[in-house]
Amino acid sequence: MTDLSWIIDPVYIATIFFFIVGMQRMSHPLTARSGIVWAGAAMLIATLVTFLTPGLTNVALMAIAIVIGGGFGYLAAKRVAMTDMPQMIALYNGMGGGAAAGISAVALLGLTAATGGDAATAGSATGLFAVIGGLIGGVSFAGSIIAFLKLQGWMRPRPITFSGQQLLNTTVLILAILSGILVILQPAWVPLSVAVYLPLFFVLALGFGLLMTLPIGGADMPVVISMYNAFTGLAVALDGFSFAPPNYAMVIAGIIVGAAGSLLTLNMAKAMNRSIRNVFFGAFGATEETGVQIQGSMKPIDVDDVAVMLAYADKVIIAPGYGMAVAQAQQKVKELADLLGARGVEVKFAIHPVAGRMPGHMNVLLAEAGVDYGHLLDRDEVNPEFPSTDVVLVIGANDVVNPAAHRQGSPLFGMPILDVEQAKNVIVLKRGQGRGFAGIENDLFYRDNTRLLYGDAQETAGRLVQALKKL
Amino acid sequence: MTDITTLWTAVYIAMLAAFTGYVVISRVPVILHTPLMSGSNFIHGIVLVGAMVALGLATTPLEQAIGFVAVILGAANVTGGYVVTERILQMFDRAKKPGKGGLK
Repeated sequence: MTDLSWIIDPVYIATIFFFIVGMQRMSHPLTARSGIVWAGAAMLIATLVTFLTPGLTNVALMAIAIVIGGGFGYLAAKRVAMTDMPQMIALYNGMGGGAAAGISAVALLGLTAATGGDAATAGSATGLFAVIGGLIGGVSFAGSIIAFLKLQGWMRPRPITFSGQQLLNTTVLILAILSGILVILQPAWVPLSVAVYLPLFFVLALGFGLLMTLPIGGADMPVVISMYNAFTGLAVALDGFSFAPPNYAMVIAGIIVGAAGSLLTLNMAKAMNRSIRNVFFGAFGATEETGVQIQGSMKPIDVDDVAVMLAYADKVIIAPGYGMAVAQAQQKVKELADLLGARGVEVKFAIHPVAGRMPGHMNVLLAEAGVDYGHLLDRDEVNPEFPSTDVVLVIGANDVVNPAAHRQGSPLFGMPILDVEQAKNVIVLKRGQGRGFAGIENDLFYRDNTRLLYGDAQETAGRLVQALKKL
Repeated sequence: MTDITTLWTAVYIAMLAAFTGYVVISRVPVILHTPLMSGSNFIHGIVLVGAMVALGLATTPLEQAIGFVAVILGAANVTGGYVVTERILQMFDRAKKPGKGGLK
């Protein structure tokens, strides 16, 4: 067989080119889809030419693994409902992290075998990159799986905390780093053999990922998902260096993802006015504000009254939250907006960056329902509009519309919110009298201009549609 | 990777890639944040080619087993990431079509 391996590098270069172009085309909704198609084609070809790598064995195993993994990924991604997207993204991200950890493990086992467990080639740069890549990849794998379990509802989404948690987490991290250093240096004076501390290193990395994600609750998921996305990217980049010669396609793609994920993570944390440290170590919702008495009472309203209010309004803003996703109400909400639009009411959607469980969650759901993205306004765009708005319909959102964020001393203090309370009327669609994720009482519900419409969001929106049709 | 030149080359490349990523991504509008995330999720699926090489060069049964699992995970990452991103972007594509929305 002729050696065609020279083709690999040119193809990888072209792949990176199309990845970057693909990301660039995401700067506009109209071009975004073609961008991902190009990137996908490039990825497919890159995978195919990888089979030409010289000296490759286990090719049959490889093909089987690709069919199993690819088949699972394809079917699961095709079938998942749009409302379940956050956990799907967490799952695939975790798998990438797991693959990166696996590459590190194979590389380190290879190094160990080559040195026979002594320090002959220990301390090489390859080992260093493989260890750091393995640590980050392992953390991302275990952490993403926990995030997946929480989002899927297979695990309690509330923060899981216990005394000494931070001490334990820090200890596990330090031990993981120490065992990683042992793996790199393999010093002769350590009585343990590498066969002991190499597996230990991976167990500790996975353990830290798990422990680190346990205390993080549902509403912080947008930050967590994007951070693990960045982690996996970095792990992939580092693992690119564990090959000789380095796999630059992995390095560049991984670093670009790392940059994207970091940027998103910071954006999300800023949208909640919290530092990354606070998200991961704060166990949000554990602190309760004391000594604040909320004035007023919760005043219910019925569907017919709300329908009349909406029908004769000039301007209505809809502020959706995670509750809309849970109730799968987006289709009914879109119907409602269309009906109002047909009556000449100006309808807009107010999207808080962290509403939902992943960055851009509400935009995706509303796009699925067919709402033109021109009607979706970001927090900064929409906030000046609330004072001139007749009715705000809050659908399953809580913390992101809680005016307590303006009050010093509140756990939410400083979080930029949707200032819905400035509208003439606020209608809150709500399942029951419970609190938001943060476990903080919402002042908004007690305001004089607020009325509560109890019930399942989808059902309530449906009844509003019926009532509007009769008017 | 023992060669120090290779190491520095790698640092040059890493720095430029980080800037490229930052510049390209900071232009993505807020409404596309989910596809941006799942799209970059797909792009780190390039880990598949690394997993393939790792499995291809594995010699002991343990290495083969780990490599095998890594390829499965990498392949699921690539296809899942692609399909999810494509599905989401398809919706944005559809939502913009005139006549579909009754909103004015």
